[in-house]
Amino acid sequence: MSKANNDPLIIAGEEFSSRIFVGTGKFSSPKIMAEAILASGTQMVTAALRRVDISDPSDSILSALDLSKYKLLPNTSGARNAQEALRLARLARAVGGFNWIKLEVTPEPNSLLPDPVETYEAAKVLIKEGFIVLPYMNADPILARKLEDIGCVTVMPLAAPIGTSRGLKTKDQLAMIIEQSSVPVVVDAGLGLPSHAAESMEMGADAVLVNTAIAIADDPIAMANAFKLGVEAGRKAFLAGPARESPVARASSPLTGFLRDDE
Amino acid sequence: MTGFNDIINRLTPDIVSFKIEASSTADVKRALAKSKPSVEDAYALFSHAALPFLEEMAERSRAITLKRFGRTIILYAPIYLSNYCINECAYCGFAVHREITRKLLTIDEAVAQAEYLSAEGIRHFLLVTGEAPRQCGLGLIGKVVKAVRQKAASVSVEIFPCGLKGYNNLIQAGVDGLTLYQETYDKDLYKKLHPSGPKQNFVRRLTAIEKGGHAGFRSLGIGFLLGLAPFRTDALYLALHCDCLSRSFPQSRLAISFPRLLPVSEGLQVLHNVSDVDLVQMIAAMRLLFPDAEIVISTRESAKLRDHLLPLGITRISAGSRTSPGGYGGACIDAESGQFETEDRRQISEVAEAVRKAGYDVVTKDFDPAFMDIGS
Repeated sequence: MSKANNDPLIIAGEEFSSRIFVGTGKFSSPKIMAEAILASGTQMVTAALRRVDISDPSDSILSALDLSKYKLLPNTSGARNAQEALRLARLARAVGGFNWIKLEVTPEPNSLLPDPVETYEAAKVLIKEGFIVLPYMNADPILARKLEDIGCVTVMPLAAPIGTSRGLKTKDQLAMIIEQSSVPVVVDAGLGLPSHAAESMEMGADAVLVNTAIAIADDPIAMANAFKLGVEAGRKAFLAGPARESPVARASSPLTGFLRDDE
Repeated sequence: MTGFNDIINRLTPDIVSFKIEASSTADVKRALAKSKPSVEDAYALFSHAALPFLEEMAERSRAITLKRFGRTIILYAPIYLSNYCINECAYCGFAVHREITRKLLTIDEAVAQAEYLSAEGIRHFLLVTGEAPRQCGLGLIGKVVKAVRQKAASVSVEIFPCGLKGYNNLIQAGVDGLTLYQETYDKDLYKKLHPSGPKQNFVRRLTAIEKGGHAGFRSLGIGFLLGLAPFRTDALYLALHCDCLSRSFPQSRLAISFPRLLPVSEGLQVLHNVSDVDLVQMIAAMRLLFPDAEIVISTRESAKLRDHLLPLGITRISAGSRTSPGGYGGACIDAESGQFETEDRRQISEVAEAVRKAGYDVVTKDFDPAFMDIGS
């Protein structure tokens, strides 16, 4: 991948100059999807194995993308348990030669919340089989540490349930995950606005993943670009060392000023 | 676990109808003030009192659907395996007493139908049969599933009620979705409309979908036949049924259909008319109540109406449907042998074009057989 800047995102030894991942679902056409993805500046595009036919080069999603520009990250969206996710991942490798997998195990279609137990079990097996695993997970610091310990190359905690566009509802737990993690933290799911993405990056997230908010915007291409800028602004702010919020005003030192009265 | 039959036994159509008609404007406003109305709000949402709020309901339905499903519509098509049937449904073209040409597809013929549809861009198949275990039993259906699934992204069935073992066998063969319409939730009316055959048994039909849930179908499709009972009452029962299934089987996605009775020659005529306004109210209310459910509209509706309904909450439509065994590719046995005559007679490509023109991507694959641990 490109080394266009001096602040690359490094995942499993691969460098990415962009810190936004984009999903391919929910767009009104493959053409608009491809244009939005281009406008986002992303270098990592994820596609659901249930939606794409990886054995077919004319698949409407795959054929619309210039795959020389992006790393294609197949995901196991729709898998209800570890076994289903494993079968999908193995299919992706056997048919498409994909070794990187975005692991999603979501047993209940109503919430699409990730199953921590099945995700962990599937990750263990996939890593043993040599896959590079990027797991979608709830914002659970304990689980994040365990997934990191078994060799996941990122953790991808949700900001809010998939498709809700509700922003950083799990902020406190995300902060703990960011604080403790040695692997990149990619905030995944629930980001509805570029400001949500910027806030994630300001907190120190390494990247974000956005799909619904771009795909269903009135102008997905403009929204993709807005997210790109939001991510860049947030990252720059994080690197610049933002002034910390203070819980009380600091205009003077009313409590300790007397210590200097006699100086 | 409380089955839906226990619920329906405590709630007669008279009570349901009374509660719907008693709903006030304030009840509707209260329901719409919630980010997600509860199933108790269904009485208000299906009532006359909700009619002045139809545009607001439609707009909310559209917005919820966009968020959950995006700008996409899945295309599917039925494959009729057989029109043999031992039931005597008053409204159905396959009823036992009707003098039509009966046909049972061979496995090769079924595969040819799947190949035809696949070449036209449809990979979600719904296998349909009448109830005739001697001609088209579960064993044969399982063999057909195994044969056609090579051409399919997804195979669902709309067949007679089965037991848990039968459904397990179908899943093992490669079926991921089960569709079973109750026709009407009014037990007395049901009895009149189904005078003979195993379909007489209301409870057998009602409880079968729960067996499907226990077996683990990924999609559970339900609905009632629009035009039999007063629609508001049946729609309310349908909402309660959806609520019951979604609580009992959270791992299965609900698929809600609104099949409209299209009278066949010398068959039952519409008993209670359902207008387009009524249909829109049902679709929007169901979407507000069940944000994650698939909502399905078939070719029973006209092309014009279907095009207008697309943005209101629909996620899945059939296209180019033929309702007789072997109907695709010009092999139709005769004009009278279908289950009903479709209203939207556009070719699959024309439907796909209309979907794109409405601003939606046509999804031909939204599942993969690799999800399933299916036998060979």
